[in-house]
Amino acid sequence: MYKILTKKRLNPTVTQMEIEAPLVAKKAKPGQFIILRVDEDGERIPLTVAGCNQATGGVKIIFQIVGATTEALNHKEAGDSIQDFVGPLGVPTRTDGVKKVCVVGGGVGCAIAMPVAQEFHRLGADVTSIIGFRNKDLLILEDEFRACSNKLIVMTDDGSYARHGNVTVPLKEALEAGEKFDLIITIGPLIMMKFVVATARPFGVPVTVSMNPIMVDGTGMCGGCRVTLIQDGKPTTKFACVDGPDFNGYEIDFDEAMSRGRIYFDFERRAHEETCNLFKLQ
Amino acid sequence: MAIIPKKNAIPTQEPSVRAHNFNEVALGYSPEVAIEEAKRCLNCKAQPCVAGCPVNVHIPEFIAKVKEGEFEEAYQIVNATSSLPAVCGRVCPQETQCESKCTLAKKFESVGIGRLERFVADWHNEHATGKARAPQSNGRKVAIVGSGPSGLTCAGDLAKKGYAVTVYEALHKAGGVLIYGIPEFRLPKKIVAKEVETLKELGVEIATNVVIGKTLTVDELFEMGYEAVFIGSGAGLPNFMRIPGESYKGVYSANEFLTRSNLMAAYRDDAKTPIMKGGKFAVVGGGNVAMDAARTALRLGAEKVYIVYRRSMEELPARREEVEHAQEEGIDFRLLCNPVEILGYKNPDDPRDPKNGFVTAIRCVKMELGEPDASGRRRPVPIQGSEFDLDVDAVIISIGTSPNPLIKSTTEGLEVNRWGGIIVNEDGLTSREGVYAGGDAVTGAATVISAMGAGKVAAAAIDEFIRNK
Repeated sequence: MYKILTKKRLNPTVTQMEIEAPLVAKKAKPGQFIILRVDEDGERIPLTVAGCNQATGGVKIIFQIVGATTEALNHKEAGDSIQDFVGPLGVPTRTDGVKKVCVVGGGVGCAIAMPVAQEFHRLGADVTSIIGFRNKDLLILEDEFRACSNKLIVMTDDGSYARHGNVTVPLKEALEAGEKFDLIITIGPLIMMKFVVATARPFGVPVTVSMNPIMVDGTGMCGGCRVTLIQDGKPTTKFACVDGPDFNGYEIDFDEAMSRGRIYFDFERRAHEETCNLFKLQ
Repeated sequence: MAIIPKKNAIPTQEPSVRAHNFNEVALGYSPEVAIEEAKRCLNCKAQPCVAGCPVNVHIPEFIAKVKEGEFEEAYQIVNATSSLPAVCGRVCPQETQCESKCTLAKKFESVGIGRLERFVADWHNEHATGKARAPQSNGRKVAIVGSGPSGLTCAGDLAKKGYAVTVYEALHKAGGVLIYGIPEFRLPKKIVAKEVETLKELGVEIATNVVIGKTLTVDELFEMGYEAVFIGSGAGLPNFMRIPGESYKGVYSANEFLTRSNLMAAYRDDAKTPIMKGGKFAVVGGGNVAMDAARTALRLGAEKVYIVYRRSMEELPARREEVEHAQEEGIDFRLLCNPVEILGYKNPDDPRDPKNGFVTAIRCVKMELGEPDASGRRRPVPIQGSEFDLDVDAVIISIGTSPNPLIKSTTEGLEVNRWGGIIVNEDGLTSREGVYAGGDAVTGAATVISAMGAGKVAAAAIDEFIRNK
C-alpha cells in the first residue's frame, strides 16, 4: 500500500496528491509517468509525475477527474493509502542542447508541462511558457509556471481570465516575431498538440509532444499504447510506454491517436456515472 | 497382465457449457482413476520419460507411489525437482516431452504423466496440512527479476538451499504469464496463488510494483547486497503483422486482450477495466496463446470466433489438446489463410460518427504450402487473386513477442542477440558476472516448462557461483 501524504484541490476537477513511494521519488525525471491502482480490483491508470520530494519520498501526481478510477482516487484523503504505485516508467524528456525552449501546456496537461519547464529552467535554458485553459475556474499552476519561466503567457478559451484565445495564437506571434526556439514542447489535449505542430511547421522548429494513450501494464508488454509515427513517408508503430511518452510531433498520426483514445468511451462514461451514483448513495 | 492401450480419459466440462464460463475445462482424475492410470506405467529401467522432462521430474518413482495410493509421497517426489507441479500438470506440452519418450508410446498411448502430476499436486493442495518449512538460512542474498515460471522456479530452488531470495515483479500481482497470460479455464488463478504462497513459506520475498531497469537497476541490486541476479523478465513487446489497419479500434495484441481479461479480470461484470465483448472475432496465429485468446473471446460472449492461420492443421504449433478443445467449443479454424489488411468503418458524411475507426472486417488471402523453409515446415505461399473478407468486430494478433527492452537498455555490458534476446551460456550466465537469465527473455516466446528448466539450471549455477566466491 502507498500512503497519500498530501492532497490539494487545484480546481473543481483537478486534484494534486503526493504519494509516498521513495524508490520512485529517487528516480523519476520530468516526462516520466507512473501507473497506479486505487484499490484491489481497480484498473491500472497511467499518470505523469509532476514532481518529487526526496525528503519525504513523495511523488506528486496531478489528475483530472474524468472517469470512475480518478473519481475513486479523488475520494481518498491525505493519510489514506492506495493499492499500487509503480514507476518511473517511460523515457524522460530530452533536455540536452536546448538553450531556448517554448513549453505549451493545455488544461490538465499543464501539470505535466510544469516539471518539464522547471527542469529546463534549472538547467539554465530560457523558458517561454504558454498555458491555456477553457476558463478562469480551470486555471492551475500559474504561480509555479511564473517561477520557472522567463516569459509566461496565460490564455483562456472564453477570455474569462488573462488573454482570450488558443495557445497557438501567442505561439504564432512569437515565431513570426522571430523568436528562435531550439525546441517547442507541448503537452495537452491531442487536438491542441496537433495544432501546435501545425503552427510550428512553417517555421521548422522541432516539436516534442507528450502522448497519453490507453495503457494496461506500462512496461512494454501489452502493446495497447501503440502510436503510429510517419517516418520517411512510412507508418511505424511505437509503444508510448517504452519508446515514449515523448515523440517527434511532426511524425505523430494525431487523427489515429484521437480515434484510438475513444475506444472505451461508452464503457467509461457508464462506469463514471455508476461511480458517481454510488458515491451519492453513501 | 494385458496392457490397456489408451490413457484413462480425463473428465471435462461439456463443450456447450464450458464455452460460456471461465471454469476449468479439464476436471482431473479421481483417486481411483489415478491409481488405474499409474498401473499402466511399465516402470522400465531406462526411464526415458525423465530425460524428456526439462526439470527431470522423477516420473517412474512418483507414479509408483500413486499406484500404492501414497499420494502425498508422490507429490513430494515431484516437488523435489519441480517448484510448480500443479501448474506443470496443466500447461506442460507433455505429448512432446515426457510422454513422447514413454516406452508404452511406441505401441500404445503413453502413460498420462501430466494428468497424474496434476492429480498429485491437486491432492496435496487439498489435503496437505501445515506449511512448508523455510530451510536454515545461509545469509546470502539473490535477486530474481520477474515472477513468472522461470523466476519462481529459480527462487524456489535457491530458497530450498537456504538463500535469501527476493523476487521483483513489475506488475501488481505475482505469477507473470501464469497470471496475465494463461486464462482461468486452463489454469485457475488460485492454483498459481497457492504455488506462490508455498514459495513464500520457504522464505521467498515477493516485491511487486518494482520494474527492474526503471525503479531499480541491476547494478543497484548488487549495491543492495545481492550476490547474484537472475533475469526472467519474460517476453516483451507484442509483434504485429505490419499490415494496413492494425491501429483500428478493436485490434488487440493477444497480450493486451488476455491481460485485460486475466490480470485485470475484465471478464467480470463488475470489472473496472474495459474489454470488447460479443460480436465476431478473428484471432491471427496458431500457437497456444492464439487458442487462449480465441477461447477467451468466446467465453466473453463472442457470437463467432475465427482462428486465422497461414499454414495447415499439421503445422499448427498449439498443443493438440488445446486445438481439440477449441474445435469442440465451436472455434472456426480458417487454415491456409493469411491476413493482408484490416478494414475499418468510416462514415464519409460524418467524421464524428462514433463507429468511425472500429474494425469491420479482416481481409485474407488463401495460401498453399510450397517447399519446406528453414524451420523444416512447408512454406505457405499466397494464391493470387484469392482474397476474401471475414466480417469481424475485433482482431487479436497472436504472432509472438520480442523480448522486453527495459533491462537491456539500463544494464551496461549485458549482451543481447540481434532480436533482443539476452545471450547466455549453458548455465544461464549472461555476459555480466553474477547475472543469469532464462525463459522467454532469452529464448523468445516458448513454454512454461522450458522457462522453468532454465530457472532450474540457473539456480544450480548461481549456487555454485556464490559458494565458490
